[in-house]
Amino acid sequence: MNAAPLLEVKGVRKSFAKADGGEHLVLEGVDLRLSEGEIVGLLGRSGSGKSTLLRLIAGLDSPSAGEITYLGQPVVGPAHGIAMVFQSFAIFPWLTVFENVALGLEALRVPPAEIRRRSLQAIDLIGLDGFESAYPRELSGGMRQRVGFARALVVHPNILLMDEPFSALDVLTAETLRTDFLDLWCEGRMPIKGVILVTHNIEEAVLMCDRILVFGSNPGRIVTEITVPLPQPRNRLDPSFRALVERIYVEMTARASGANARSEFLPGLGIGTRLPRVSSNLLSGLMETVAAPPFNGAADLPQIASDLQMEIDELFPVAETLQMMRFAEVAGGDIRLTDVGIAFANATVDERKKIFARQLLSYVPLAAHIRRVLDERPSHTARKSRFLDELEDYMSEEEAEQTLRAVVSWARYAEAFAYDDEAAVFSLENPS
Amino acid sequence: MSETEAALPSETTRVTPFAFARTLVTRWDLIALVIVIGVVAVLADASRGLLEPLAKLNATPLSLDPSHLPEYAARTTLRMFAALALSLLFTFTYATWAAKSERAGKLLVPALDILQSVPILGFISVTVVFFMSLVPGRVLGVELAAIFAIFTSQAWNMAFSFYQSLRTVPQELQEVARLFHLSAWMRFWQVEVPFALPALIWNTMMSMSGGWFFVVASESIAVGHTQVALPGIGSYIAAAIDQRNLHAIGWAILTMLIVILAYDQLLFRPLVAWVDGLRFEQEPGGHRPRSWALTVMRRSRLLSALTHAFYAGVRWTSWAIPVRSTPPSRAIARGAASQRSGFVWGVAVAALVAVALAYIARMIVLGSSLNDVIEVVGLALATMVRVFVLIALASLVWVPIGVWVGLRPRVMEFVQPIAQFLAAFPANLLFPIVIFAIVNWSLNPDIWLSPLMILGTQWYILFNVIAGASAIPGELRYAAANLGVGGWLWWRKVALPAVFPFYVTGAITASGGSWNAAIVAELATWGDTRLEAHGLGAYIADATAAGDFHRIVLGIATMSLFVVAINRFFWRRLYFYAERRFRLG
Repeated sequence: MNAAPLLEVKGVRKSFAKADGGEHLVLEGVDLRLSEGEIVGLLGRSGSGKSTLLRLIAGLDSPSAGEITYLGQPVVGPAHGIAMVFQSFAIFPWLTVFENVALGLEALRVPPAEIRRRSLQAIDLIGLDGFESAYPRELSGGMRQRVGFARALVVHPNILLMDEPFSALDVLTAETLRTDFLDLWCEGRMPIKGVILVTHNIEEAVLMCDRILVFGSNPGRIVTEITVPLPQPRNRLDPSFRALVERIYVEMTARASGANARSEFLPGLGIGTRLPRVSSNLLSGLMETVAAPPFNGAADLPQIASDLQMEIDELFPVAETLQMMRFAEVAGGDIRLTDVGIAFANATVDERKKIFARQLLSYVPLAAHIRRVLDERPSHTARKSRFLDELEDYMSEEEAEQTLRAVVSWARYAEAFAYDDEAAVFSLENPS
Repeated sequence: MSETEAALPSETTRVTPFAFARTLVTRWDLIALVIVIGVVAVLADASRGLLEPLAKLNATPLSLDPSHLPEYAARTTLRMFAALALSLLFTFTYATWAAKSERAGKLLVPALDILQSVPILGFISVTVVFFMSLVPGRVLGVELAAIFAIFTSQAWNMAFSFYQSLRTVPQELQEVARLFHLSAWMRFWQVEVPFALPALIWNTMMSMSGGWFFVVASESIAVGHTQVALPGIGSYIAAAIDQRNLHAIGWAILTMLIVILAYDQLLFRPLVAWVDGLRFEQEPGGHRPRSWALTVMRRSRLLSALTHAFYAGVRWTSWAIPVRSTPPSRAIARGAASQRSGFVWGVAVAALVAVALAYIARMIVLGSSLNDVIEVVGLALATMVRVFVLIALASLVWVPIGVWVGLRPRVMEFVQPIAQFLAAFPANLLFPIVIFAIVNWSLNPDIWLSPLMILGTQWYILFNVIAGASAIPGELRYAAANLGVGGWLWWRKVALPAVFPFYVTGAITASGGSWNAAIVAELATWGDTRLEAHGLGAYIADATAAGDFHRIVLGIATMSLFVVAINRFFWRRLYFYAERRFRLG
């Protein structure tokens, strides 16, 4: 039945040139097929290249290798028939709701009477009637995103691309918009034939999508594909729904630990590990939560995520940092504190700092490296640029900056070494 | 009526100094410098040849009868609007070109920075003859020269602001424009211009203030034997000074006050309030600028008729212009073409530099000796000392006052319009007082003429410090109060660091403006009494009066060099330090 796919992505690879002439690989070997009547989810953490892929499909950028075809035609530049909804809404503050919606039709040189009819129809469909003459600043976030939807639908696209469309909204508003969208979709009242949804929210993916492509990082690639067989409307509390959510967590943590293992087993990549910016408060907070009842040292990640109201984008980096420092083991969708982790959770403020310093210098190669350099030098100081240059052999400038910042904040907490941001110099001023 | 907010420089409206100059000096800065000074040299050279035959020109004599003032005011206003229209045209083309073309931007942006530091009155001396020769024997040529002079006082910072806005249009808005296939023309009018408008209008308002300062000089022009007074407030003031007529000076001040007030209330306040609705940031709360005139216009539907007409025009033109779509096959061909045009561009720039160097050599090297150069540099140093001392003194006065005012919204409402008027106040109007004082008490003009330099520019320090102080978060102030931080400690740890980045921005503007004003301020006349301070400003003014184009070019080139160098080596450093260290949030 899926004779001709709406959209086909074959062997797509995307890399960006780095300042030093090298290349930074963002996406590799991505294959994707969107058939009529399908909602496909791209699920992954930030930096997994899913938004980049969406921009390639939209024709806003072109792949370094591979091919993207829409209705059999290669995508070169924005195609008619592919519309997009943005995370930040991206509606024009100087245009009214009506003018925002009508803009795309004006660009297509549709006759004015037709513009009016179709715009009002789209506004009506998406539940914005009465707001036609309002300016965006007068609208709530949810209403603004509805304008984003109306604007995308008014050009009668075949494919709707959604880039985390609900993540800038509060929980209740997001849920209302999701349900409204699914109602319209299931009743076939929208002109669209297929949807690609980028998200980092596992439950959202399971709620809305027919198929979920789970993305991994470094470089961004599709790790696994999960089909959601549940009929719409879906119920979040349904056991089969929960089971799917759990399965995706397992899938994603399995990958995460694998990636970490790789960096540990290859000493050459040791200091080249990209470190997430996770504050020491978050690290101790998660350890305390897992150590305390009802978890008592081991917890189910989906459970923790919903208890702490954290998205995977926030939770996973914390869990993985704990795993890297041997405070916890993360596998099979669970997190289990190690003995050191439990000791840390039960320790006093000063003891915690000591434990943290030990783990940091033992298991974070970059921290150990900086400390070693500072110890060896008679002046006990080193410039930031020295380490930045080193890191840039492994990662982009931006990531190197972030990695260094992460290590600085942990080292400050551990009092392992000091850093003067004004002078951009590391020192042993207040060593442990 | 709370309209104060509108006049304050805010995060979004102010032009970030040095945003384009991440590195200290590039090759392109030098190229731009040579080209700009070369253009001045070319104009001066042309003027030299044209000067004599145009000397006799019949202009209507000016009357000091106050009954003529409404007409003069109207003519001056018209001139300023003409200049404004020119400035907008320049802004929309030059800045757009600089922002859209990577290659052109490399030269155009530093060139704009250099143009900004060329003294405005210098432009008059080298362009007036050129414009007069365009329309020989008619007043129109002088009108054009005056309008061009006012243009040079407005255009650069408007173009800078527009350029900066174009470069910061949020990525997702650009993506929407591409996804929905907006043509470049449509994108310009429906996306880029509306996004840039708040900053552009604010800078236009500041430019207009600055323009008034030079109105006197631009309407009453004397280069060598060419002497023309255009009917207008500027010429009226010049004539009043010439005839020592204090009553006339009083009438002129009153007229200017009325005109500036009318401008402000009928044009800029409504514009600022209207454009506030177009702003990209949409956070609720905060004071929104209001304008009674805007409310009236809204109720009369005049505004909506105008905006509809404008958008209908944009729509019509978008329809009329055929869509250009580039098939992918042409992308490769374009690469080769771009290589070829890159070569052509390189050759063109090289040729320009060569011609510019030739003219500079002809005007400066052949026309002046080493002694002249040494003399000019010495005078420039004298002016530099004056500018720095004055900025320091003005800071001592206005920073504390600015902080005090900025923390009191009610006082701010009251102070803001007064300061705005004073910023537009031409220095020449104070000549009688200053000259009387200096002659009467036999003071040293080298010292006592100096305050005139900072007369119009010190207000930028005040404006910016007020803006900085009013932007201190309430919670920070409460925290300081809660901890009992008071007295000198409060100034040192709370107020001064918080306003510092704003202060630096203001001081940069004030410094550049003071150099500019030196040409007016270092040489003051009242009837036959003529006082002169030793400085580069007086040197250029003298050279202009004598019609000595070698010295004019030498003076202008030296002043531009000094201003650029001081900006790059002193203010730039201070600015980045302030941004890094003290920027709140």
